[in-house]
Amino acid sequence: MSEHTHDHDHHDADIPHVSLKEYLTGFVLAVILTVIPFWLVMGGVFESSATTVMVILGFALVQIVVHMVFFLHMNFHSEGGWNMLALIFTLILVFITLAGSLWVMHNLNVNMMPGMMD
Amino acid sequence: MSDTTMTAAATDSSQNGQLEFLVKGDHHPQNGTLLGFWIYLMSDCLIFACLFATYGVLGRSYAGGPTGMELFDLSLIAINTSLLLISSITYGFAMLQMQANKVKGTMFWLAVTGLLGAGFLGLELYEFHHLIHVGAGPQTSGFWTAFFALVGTHGLHVFFGIVWLVTLLFQLKKRGLIPENKRRVFCLSMFWHFLDVVWIGVFTYVYLMGVLP
Repeated sequence: MSEHTHDHDHHDADIPHVSLKEYLTGFVLAVILTVIPFWLVMGGVFESSATTVMVILGFALVQIVVHMVFFLHMNFHSEGGWNMLALIFTLILVFITLAGSLWVMHNLNVNMMPGMMD
Repeated sequence: MSDTTMTAAATDSSQNGQLEFLVKGDHHPQNGTLLGFWIYLMSDCLIFACLFATYGVLGRSYAGGPTGMELFDLSLIAINTSLLLISSITYGFAMLQMQANKVKGTMFWLAVTGLLGAGFLGLELYEFHHLIHVGAGPQTSGFWTAFFALVGTHGLHVFFGIVWLVTLLFQLKKRGLIPENKRRVFCLSMFWHFLDVVWIGVFTYVYLMGVLP
């Protein structure tokens, strides 16, 4: 279908330039950031679960940023900055959805009469 | 929007040659496909946010049934995670081959990526089958419903990613690296890497946190 469409713009200019160095850096970082949380949990490194949870969530956040930057080529200039704008808007919505749901449902559970819990 | 204003300003004042400040802005995207696809991915992100929120709320509602701590097999998840992670770098190799205009190399690395994705799906289906077999199906408790909804939706995305990838292989075979195909390969790369990002959330939030006492 779209094989027949005519577009006189230079298409390749739209696709960001990628480099081997970028992918390899991203991959090495991602492997490190994946292996450490698995090791922390499987090896039972920390006594307290709460500490482990905070640390592995931290690693997950860093790894998400690494993937965004090195694999998805996110920066403030791609697509004239609209990419980043859409991403930030989405992150706000994701935060409201997650934090809001957990907060509201936790509140409901706490205020539920003890006999009705099960 | 600001781009339009700037373009209008450029045509108005093109006579006096004082346009230095205009070109300092970001390049206006010539083709909306990549941005549009990115916005689709962001909307997909919201679907996953809802599923993660559901899982977060129902995360301890076992209804007396089996718990994740008893049934999750972390070594299986570790293999699955590495398959998906390696498939990200092999997709990167496909992108580099495409950039060098090598259609054979692009197709080879795309095929490798597809096989790794299929391996991931196979292991996930094996895990699901095992879980259902030992009595932890989606109908067992709120926890397992949320688990299958979240992990299953991710798996479904990987499945459609593979369907897209195979389609793309045929298109590349038939037409080579025409601009349209390059655009498609790039869109699929965003899709594929996005799924890997979601998987980071899944293995951390569901599996690693799920087996903690």
